[in-house]
Amino acid sequence: MPLAKPYQDIPGTTIFDAEQSRKGYWLNQFCMSLMKAENRARFKANQRSYLDEWPMTEEQKQAVMARDLNRCIAAGGNIYFLAKIGATDGKSFQQMAGSMTGLTEQQYRDMMIAGGRPIDGNRYLHEWEKK
Amino acid sequence: MARVSASVYTSHVPAIGAALDHGRTGEPYWQKVFGGYEFSKRWMASNRPDVVFLVYNDHANAFSLEIIPTFAIGTAAEFAVADEGWGPRPVPKVLGHPELAAHIAQSVIQEDFDLTIVNNMTVDHGLTVPLSLLCGQTDAWPFRVIPFAVNVVQYPVPSGRRCHQLGQAIRRAIQSYDEPLKVQVWGTGGMSHQLQGPRAGLINREWDNRFLDRLIADPASLAQMPHIDYVREAGSEGIELVMWLIARGAMDESPPRVAHRFYHVPASNTAVGHLILENPS
Repeated sequence: MPLAKPYQDIPGTTIFDAEQSRKGYWLNQFCMSLMKAENRARFKANQRSYLDEWPMTEEQKQAVMARDLNRCIAAGGNIYFLAKIGATDGKSFQQMAGSMTGLTEQQYRDMMIAGGRPIDGNRYLHEWEKK
Repeated sequence: MARVSASVYTSHVPAIGAALDHGRTGEPYWQKVFGGYEFSKRWMASNRPDVVFLVYNDHANAFSLEIIPTFAIGTAAEFAVADEGWGPRPVPKVLGHPELAAHIAQSVIQEDFDLTIVNNMTVDHGLTVPLSLLCGQTDAWPFRVIPFAVNVVQYPVPSGRRCHQLGQAIRRAIQSYDEPLKVQVWGTGGMSHQLQGPRAGLINREWDNRFLDRLIADPASLAQMPHIDYVREAGSEGIELVMWLIARGAMDESPPRVAHRFYHVPASNTAVGHLILENPS
Protein backbone atom coordinates (compact mmCIF):
# COMPACT_ATOMS: atom_id res chain seq x y z
CA MET A 1 0.00 0.00 0.00
CA PRO A 2 1.51 3.38 -0.90
CA LEU A 3 2.24 5.69 2.01
CA ALA A 4 0.01 8.72 2.45
CA LYS A 5 1.81 11.94 1.56
CA PRO A 6 -0.61 14.75 2.41
CA TYR A 7 2.26 17.25 2.13
CA GLN A 8 2.21 16.86 -1.66
CA ASP A 9 -0.88 19.09 -1.60
CA ILE A 10 1.11 22.16 -0.47
CA PRO A 11 1.91 24.57 -3.31
CA GLY A 12 5.47 25.63 -4.12
CA THR A 13 6.87 23.17 -1.62
CA THR A 14 8.87 19.94 -1.92
CA ILE A 15 9.16 17.95 1.29
CA PHE A 16 12.53 16.22 1.55
CA ASP A 17 11.31 12.73 2.34
CA ALA A 18 13.04 9.37 1.98
CA GLU A 19 12.11 9.17 -1.71
CA GLN A 20 13.60 12.60 -2.49
CA SER A 21 16.62 11.78 -0.34
CA ARG A 22 17.27 8.58 -2.27
CA LYS A 23 16.97 10.44 -5.58
CA GLY A 24 19.25 13.24 -4.43
CA TYR A 25 21.85 11.27 -2.52
CA TRP A 26 24.87 12.05 -4.70
CA LEU A 27 23.76 15.61 -5.43
CA ASN A 28 23.60 16.30 -1.70
CA GLN A 29 26.85 14.46 -0.97
CA PHE A 30 28.55 16.54 -3.69
CA CYS A 31 27.26 19.63 -1.85
CA MET A 32 28.74 18.34 1.42
CA SER A 33 32.14 18.08 -0.26
CA LEU A 34 32.09 21.87 -0.69
CA MET A 35 32.57 22.28 3.07
CA LYS A 36 36.30 21.81 2.40
CA ALA A 37 38.11 24.89 1.09
CA GLU A 38 40.26 22.91 -1.34
CA ASN A 39 37.16 21.34 -2.89
CA ARG A 40 35.49 24.73 -3.25
CA ALA A 41 38.58 25.96 -5.11
CA ARG A 42 38.64 22.91 -7.40
CA PHE A 43 34.90 23.22 -8.11
CA LYS A 44 35.21 26.90 -8.97
CA ALA A 45 38.21 26.28 -11.21
CA ASN A 46 36.36 23.74 -13.37
CA GLN A 47 32.77 23.03 -12.40
CA ARG A 48 32.05 20.44 -15.05
CA SER A 49 35.07 18.29 -14.31
CA TYR A 50 34.46 18.48 -10.56
CA LEU A 51 30.81 17.45 -11.04
CA ASP A 52 31.90 14.60 -13.31
CA GLU A 53 33.72 13.06 -10.37
CA TRP A 54 30.30 12.36 -8.80
CA PRO A 55 27.76 9.73 -9.90
CA MET A 56 25.08 12.40 -10.34
CA THR A 57 22.52 12.49 -13.15
CA GLU A 58 23.08 14.87 -16.06
CA GLU A 59 19.97 16.80 -14.94
CA GLN A 60 21.47 17.26 -11.47
CA LYS A 61 24.73 18.53 -12.92
CA GLN A 62 22.96 20.93 -15.30
CA ALA A 63 20.77 22.22 -12.47
CA VAL A 64 23.85 22.92 -10.33
CA MET A 65 25.70 24.69 -13.14
CA ALA A 66 22.59 26.80 -13.86
CA ARG A 67 22.34 27.57 -10.10
CA ASP A 68 18.63 26.79 -10.46
CA LEU A 69 17.73 25.76 -6.92
CA ASN A 70 14.16 24.78 -7.82
CA ARG A 71 15.54 22.34 -10.39
CA CYS A 72 18.08 21.07 -7.85
CA ILE A 73 15.28 20.43 -5.34
CA ALA A 74 13.14 18.66 -7.95
CA ALA A 75 16.18 16.43 -8.62
CA GLY A 76 16.38 15.44 -4.95
CA GLY A 77 18.41 18.28 -3.46
CA ASN A 78 17.77 19.59 0.03
CA ILE A 79 18.17 23.28 0.80
CA TYR A 80 20.59 22.79 3.71
CA PHE A 81 22.91 20.82 1.43
CA LEU A 82 22.38 23.16 -1.54
CA ALA A 83 23.34 26.05 0.75
CA LYS A 84 26.95 24.84 0.44
CA ILE A 85 26.84 25.87 -3.24
CA GLY A 86 25.57 29.28 -2.18
CA ALA A 87 28.35 29.57 0.38
CA THR A 88 30.86 28.72 -2.34
CA ASP A 89 29.38 31.54 -4.46
CA GLY A 90 29.30 33.96 -1.50
CA LYS A 91 25.49 34.06 -1.37
CA SER A 92 23.44 34.52 1.79
CA PHE A 93 20.59 32.22 2.74
CA GLN A 94 18.16 35.02 1.97
CA GLN A 95 19.55 35.41 -1.55
CA MET A 96 19.24 31.67 -2.09
CA ALA A 97 15.67 31.44 -0.76
CA GLY A 98 14.60 34.48 -2.74
CA SER A 99 16.06 33.06 -5.96
CA MET A 100 13.41 30.31 -5.94
CA THR A 101 10.42 32.63 -5.73
CA GLY A 102 10.48 34.56 -8.99
CA LEU A 103 11.01 37.79 -7.06
CA THR A 104 14.06 40.00 -7.34
CA GLU A 105 16.40 40.08 -4.38
CA GLN A 106 15.05 43.48 -3.32
CA GLN A 107 11.40 42.45 -3.77
CA TYR A 108 11.98 39.35 -1.64
CA ARG A 109 13.76 41.33 1.09
CA ASP A 110 10.94 43.91 1.08
CA MET A 111 8.34 41.14 1.34
CA MET A 112 10.10 39.74 4.41
CA ILE A 113 10.36 43.15 6.08
CA ALA A 114 6.65 43.68 5.41
CA GLY A 115 5.86 40.47 7.35
CA GLY A 116 6.68 37.69 4.90
CA ARG A 117 4.56 35.73 2.43
CA PRO A 118 1.05 35.53 3.87
CA ILE A 119 -0.48 32.13 4.60
CA ASP A 120 -3.87 32.92 3.08
CA GLY A 121 -4.04 31.57 -0.47
CA ASN A 122 -0.84 29.54 0.04
CA ARG A 123 -2.04 26.41 1.83
CA TYR A 124 -3.30 24.10 -0.95
CA LEU A 125 -2.37 23.33 -4.55
CA HIS A 126 -5.81 24.30 -5.83
CA GLU A 127 -5.33 27.82 -4.46
CA TRP A 128 -2.37 28.30 -6.82
CA GLU A 129 -4.02 26.60 -9.79
CA LYS A 130 -6.70 29.27 -9.83
CA LYS A 131 -4.08 31.99 -10.25
CA MET B 1 19.90 15.75 43.17
CA ALA B 2 20.00 17.59 39.84
CA ARG B 3 16.94 19.55 38.77
CA VAL B 4 15.53 21.41 35.78
CA SER B 5 15.25 25.05 36.83
CA ALA B 6 13.97 26.59 33.61
CA SER B 7 13.55 26.14 29.87
CA VAL B 8 14.46 28.54 27.11
CA TYR B 9 13.03 28.56 23.57
CA THR B 10 14.46 30.48 20.65
CA SER B 11 14.83 30.52 16.89
CA HIS B 12 18.38 29.83 15.69
CA VAL B 13 18.56 31.75 12.39
CA PRO B 14 22.12 31.66 10.94
CA ALA B 15 21.91 35.31 9.82
CA ILE B 16 21.60 36.28 13.51
CA GLY B 17 25.00 34.70 14.10
CA ALA B 18 26.44 36.47 11.07
CA ALA B 19 25.06 39.84 12.28
CA LEU B 20 26.68 39.28 15.70
CA ASP B 21 29.98 38.10 14.28
CA HIS B 22 30.25 41.00 11.82
CA GLY B 23 29.37 43.72 14.33
CA ARG B 24 26.01 44.62 12.77
CA THR B 25 23.88 44.35 15.93
CA GLY B 26 23.39 48.14 16.06
CA GLU B 27 21.69 48.34 12.65
CA PRO B 28 17.97 49.14 12.94
CA TYR B 29 17.02 45.90 11.16
CA TRP B 30 18.92 43.83 13.72
CA GLN B 31 18.15 46.00 16.75
CA LYS B 32 14.55 44.82 16.45
CA VAL B 33 15.79 41.25 16.85
CA PHE B 34 18.47 41.72 19.49
CA GLY B 35 16.27 44.06 21.53
CA GLY B 36 14.13 41.04 22.33
CA TYR B 37 17.08 39.33 24.01
CA GLU B 38 18.30 42.17 26.26
CA PHE B 39 16.16 40.95 29.14
CA SER B 40 17.27 37.38 28.45
CA LYS B 41 20.97 38.16 28.78
CA ARG B 42 20.36 39.83 32.17
CA TRP B 43 18.17 36.89 33.21
CA MET B 44 20.92 34.44 32.20
CA ALA B 45 23.47 36.36 34.25
CA SER B 46 21.37 36.00 37.40
CA ASN B 47 19.99 32.51 36.69
CA ARG B 48 23.12 30.82 35.45
CA PRO B 49 22.76 27.04 35.18
CA ASP B 50 25.54 24.49 35.60
CA VAL B 51 24.49 22.65 32.46
CA VAL B 52 22.27 23.43 29.47
CA PHE B 53 20.68 20.47 27.70
CA LEU B 54 20.41 22.07 24.27
CA VAL B 55 17.94 20.62 21.77
CA TYR B 56 18.71 21.74 18.21
CA ASN B 57 19.11 20.35 14.73
CA ASP B 58 22.17 19.92 12.60
CA HIS B 59 21.88 21.52 9.14
CA ALA B 60 23.93 19.13 6.97
CA ASN B 61 27.14 19.88 8.84
CA ALA B 62 27.94 17.18 11.41
CA PHE B 63 25.61 14.74 9.66
CA SER B 64 25.49 14.27 5.89
CA LEU B 65 23.12 11.80 4.25
CA GLU B 66 25.43 8.94 5.24
CA ILE B 67 23.95 8.68 8.73
CA ILE B 68 20.71 10.35 9.82
CA PRO B 69 20.04 9.80 13.53
CA THR B 70 16.57 10.82 14.70
CA PHE B 71 17.81 11.70 18.22
CA ALA B 72 21.56 12.11 18.87
CA ILE B 73 23.02 12.94 22.29
CA GLY B 74 26.51 14.43 22.48
CA THR B 75 28.45 12.68 25.22
CA ALA B 76 31.90 14.13 24.45
CA ALA B 77 33.97 16.41 26.70
CA GLU B 78 34.05 19.10 24.02
CA PHE B 79 32.58 19.97 20.64
CA ALA B 80 34.29 22.07 17.96
CA VAL B 81 32.36 24.75 16.05
CA ALA B 82 31.50 23.63 12.49
CA ASP B 83 32.67 25.31 9.29
CA GLU B 84 29.36 25.46 7.44
CA GLY B 85 30.97 26.77 4.26
CA TRP B 86 31.44 30.39 5.31
CA GLY B 87 34.22 29.53 7.84
CA PRO B 88 33.56 28.56 11.50
CA ARG B 89 31.77 31.18 13.64
CA PRO B 90 34.32 32.97 15.87
CA VAL B 91 32.81 31.66 19.08
CA PRO B 92 34.29 29.50 21.86
CA LYS B 93 34.30 25.72 21.63
CA VAL B 94 31.50 24.04 23.54
CA LEU B 95 32.37 22.09 26.68
CA GLY B 96 30.16 19.09 27.32
CA HIS B 97 29.13 17.24 30.45
CA PRO B 98 29.95 13.60 29.63
CA GLU B 99 28.83 12.22 33.00
CA LEU B 100 25.35 13.75 32.97
CA ALA B 101 24.99 13.04 29.23
CA ALA B 102 25.83 9.36 29.75
CA HIS B 103 23.42 9.19 32.68
CA ILE B 104 20.61 10.68 30.58
CA ALA B 105 21.38 8.33 27.68
CA GLN B 106 21.36 5.28 29.94
CA SER B 107 18.15 6.39 31.61
CA VAL B 108 16.02 7.33 28.59
CA ILE B 109 17.18 4.41 26.42
CA GLN B 110 15.91 2.12 29.16
CA GLU B 111 12.61 4.01 28.90
CA ASP B 112 12.41 2.95 25.21
CA PHE B 113 13.80 6.12 23.57
CA ASP B 114 16.50 4.81 21.24
CA LEU B 115 19.07 7.59 21.21
CA THR B 116 22.18 7.61 19.07
CA ILE B 117 25.25 8.28 21.23
CA VAL B 118 27.78 10.60 19.61
CA ASN B 119 31.29 11.05 20.95
CA ASN B 120 32.70 13.05 18.07
CA MET B 121 30.78 15.79 16.31
CA THR B 122 30.96 19.46 15.44
CA VAL B 123 28.12 21.81 16.38
CA ASP B 124 26.61 24.29 13.94
CA HIS B 125 24.57 27.51 14.10
CA GLY B 126 21.57 25.58 15.42
CA LEU B 127 23.44 25.29 18.71
CA THR B 128 25.79 28.29 18.72
CA VAL B 129 23.29 31.02 17.72
CA PRO B 130 21.08 30.38 20.79
CA LEU B 131 24.20 30.45 22.99
CA SER B 132 25.23 33.79 21.49
CA LEU B 133 21.74 35.25 21.89
CA LEU B 134 21.55 34.33 25.57
CA CYS B 135 25.20 34.83 26.58
CA GLY B 136 26.43 37.55 24.20
CA GLN B 137 29.97 37.65 22.91
CA THR B 138 32.31 35.88 25.28
CA ASP B 139 35.67 34.08 25.47
CA ALA B 140 34.14 31.03 27.16
CA TRP B 141 30.54 29.84 27.47
CA PRO B 142 29.51 30.20 31.13
CA PHE B 143 28.14 26.65 31.51
CA ARG B 144 28.51 23.12 30.19
CA VAL B 145 26.34 22.10 27.24
CA ILE B 146 24.91 18.71 26.29
CA PRO B 147 24.11 18.94 22.56
CA PHE B 148 20.98 17.02 21.59
CA ALA B 149 20.51 16.90 17.82
CA VAL B 150 17.11 16.03 16.34
CA ASN B 151 16.59 15.11 12.70
CA VAL B 152 14.22 17.68 11.25
CA VAL B 153 15.89 17.74 7.81
CA GLN B 154 14.79 14.44 6.26
CA TYR B 155 11.09 13.69 6.56
CA PRO B 156 9.54 12.13 8.53
CA VAL B 157 10.88 13.88 11.58
CA PRO B 158 9.82 12.63 15.04
CA SER B 159 6.26 13.50 16.00
CA GLY B 160 5.44 16.25 18.45
CA ARG B 161 3.97 13.61 20.74
CA ARG B 162 7.20 11.61 20.73
CA CYS B 163 9.24 14.75 21.39
CA HIS B 164 7.04 15.74 24.33
CA GLN B 165 7.26 12.25 25.86
CA LEU B 166 11.03 12.23 25.37
CA GLY B 167 11.26 15.56 27.21
CA GLN B 168 9.39 14.03 30.13
CA ALA B 169 11.84 11.10 30.19
CA ILE B 170 14.78 13.53 30.10
CA ARG B 171 13.28 15.35 33.10
CA ARG B 172 13.11 12.09 35.08
CA ALA B 173 16.68 11.27 34.06
CA ILE B 174 17.97 14.65 35.24
CA GLN B 175 16.07 14.35 38.51
CA SER B 176 17.71 11.00 39.21
CA TYR B 177 21.27 12.35 38.84
CA ASP B 178 23.02 12.49 42.21
CA GLU B 179 25.04 15.69 41.88
CA PRO B 180 23.00 18.82 42.78
CA LEU B 181 23.26 20.43 39.33
CA LYS B 182 21.04 23.23 38.10
CA VAL B 183 20.04 22.29 34.56
CA GLN B 184 18.20 24.24 31.90
CA VAL B 185 16.66 22.59 28.86
CA TRP B 186 16.55 24.67 25.68
CA GLY B 187 14.40 24.05 22.62
CA THR B 188 15.49 25.83 19.45
CA GLY B 189 14.53 26.39 15.81
CA GLY B 190 11.41 27.79 14.17
CA MET B 191 9.24 29.70 14.16
CA SER B 192 7.34 29.84 10.85
CA HIS B 193 9.68 29.84 7.86
CA GLN B 194 10.17 28.21 4.52
CA LEU B 195 13.56 28.31 2.83
CA GLN B 196 12.77 26.45 -0.38
CA GLY B 197 10.62 26.52 -3.48
CA PRO B 198 8.29 29.20 -4.87
CA ARG B 199 6.52 29.40 -1.46
CA ALA B 200 9.78 30.47 0.28
CA GLY B 201 9.36 33.38 2.65
CA LEU B 202 6.15 32.08 4.20
CA ILE B 203 5.39 33.55 7.63
CA ASN B 204 2.32 32.84 9.76
CA ARG B 205 2.28 35.27 12.68
CA GLU B 206 -1.12 34.21 14.01
CA TRP B 207 -0.23 30.51 13.99
CA ASP B 208 3.12 31.18 15.67
CA ASN B 209 1.54 33.13 18.51
CA ARG B 210 -1.09 30.46 19.02
CA PHE B 211 1.76 27.93 19.20
CA LEU B 212 3.43 30.00 21.93
CA ASP B 213 0.15 30.27 23.87
CA ARG B 214 -0.43 26.53 23.73
CA LEU B 215 3.19 25.65 24.48
CA ILE B 216 2.91 27.64 27.70
CA ALA B 217 -0.57 26.60 28.80
CA ASP B 218 -1.38 23.25 27.21
CA PRO B 219 1.66 21.42 25.83
CA ALA B 220 0.05 17.95 26.02
CA SER B 221 -2.65 18.97 23.56
CA LEU B 222 -0.19 20.89 21.36
CA ALA B 223 1.93 17.72 21.17
CA GLN B 224 -0.93 15.97 19.34
CA MET B 225 -0.67 18.31 16.35
CA PRO B 226 0.24 16.33 13.20
CA HIS B 227 3.23 17.15 10.98
CA ILE B 228 1.08 18.33 8.11
CA ASP B 229 -0.20 21.24 10.20
CA TYR B 230 3.35 22.43 10.85
CA VAL B 231 4.49 22.26 7.23
CA ARG B 232 1.29 23.63 5.70
CA GLU B 233 0.75 26.43 8.22
CA ALA B 234 4.30 27.30 9.33
CA GLY B 235 6.36 26.36 6.26
CA SER B 236 8.51 23.38 5.39
CA GLU B 237 11.19 24.44 7.90
CA GLY B 238 8.61 25.41 10.54
CA ILE B 239 8.62 21.69 11.40
CA GLU B 240 11.66 22.51 13.57
CA LEU B 241 9.18 23.58 16.23
CA VAL B 242 8.65 19.95 17.31
CA MET B 243 11.97 20.39 19.13
CA TRP B 244 10.41 22.96 21.47
CA LEU B 245 8.17 20.18 22.80
CA ILE B 246 11.21 18.28 24.10
CA ALA B 247 12.19 21.25 26.26
CA ARG B 248 8.58 21.79 27.35
CA GLY B 249 8.22 18.12 28.30
CA ALA B 250 11.26 18.47 30.57
CA MET B 251 9.44 21.06 32.70
CA ASP B 252 7.43 20.22 35.81
CA GLU B 253 3.76 19.29 35.37
CA SER B 254 2.64 22.34 37.36
CA PRO B 255 2.23 25.57 35.32
CA PRO B 256 5.49 27.42 34.62
CA ARG B 257 6.17 31.10 35.25
CA VAL B 258 6.58 33.03 32.00
CA ALA B 259 9.70 35.09 32.62
CA HIS B 260 9.92 36.44 29.07
CA ARG B 261 8.12 36.28 25.74
CA PHE B 262 9.20 37.84 22.44
CA TYR B 263 8.12 37.60 18.82
CA HIS B 264 9.41 39.45 15.77
CA VAL B 265 9.27 39.19 11.98
CA PRO B 266 11.71 38.94 10.26
CA ALA B 267 15.26 37.78 10.79
CA SER B 268 16.32 37.01 7.24
CA ASN B 269 13.67 34.47 6.09
CA THR B 270 12.29 33.62 9.50
CA ALA B 271 9.89 34.56 12.28
CA VAL B 272 11.80 34.85 15.56
CA GLY B 273 10.12 33.48 18.68
CA HIS B 274 11.58 33.39 22.16
CA LEU B 275 10.30 32.25 25.55
CA ILE B 276 11.78 31.77 29.00
CA LEU B 277 9.75 29.52 31.30
CA GLU B 278 10.73 28.96 34.93
CA ASN B 279 9.71 26.01 37.07
CA PRO B 280 8.01 26.98 40.32
CA SER B 281 10.68 26.30 42.96
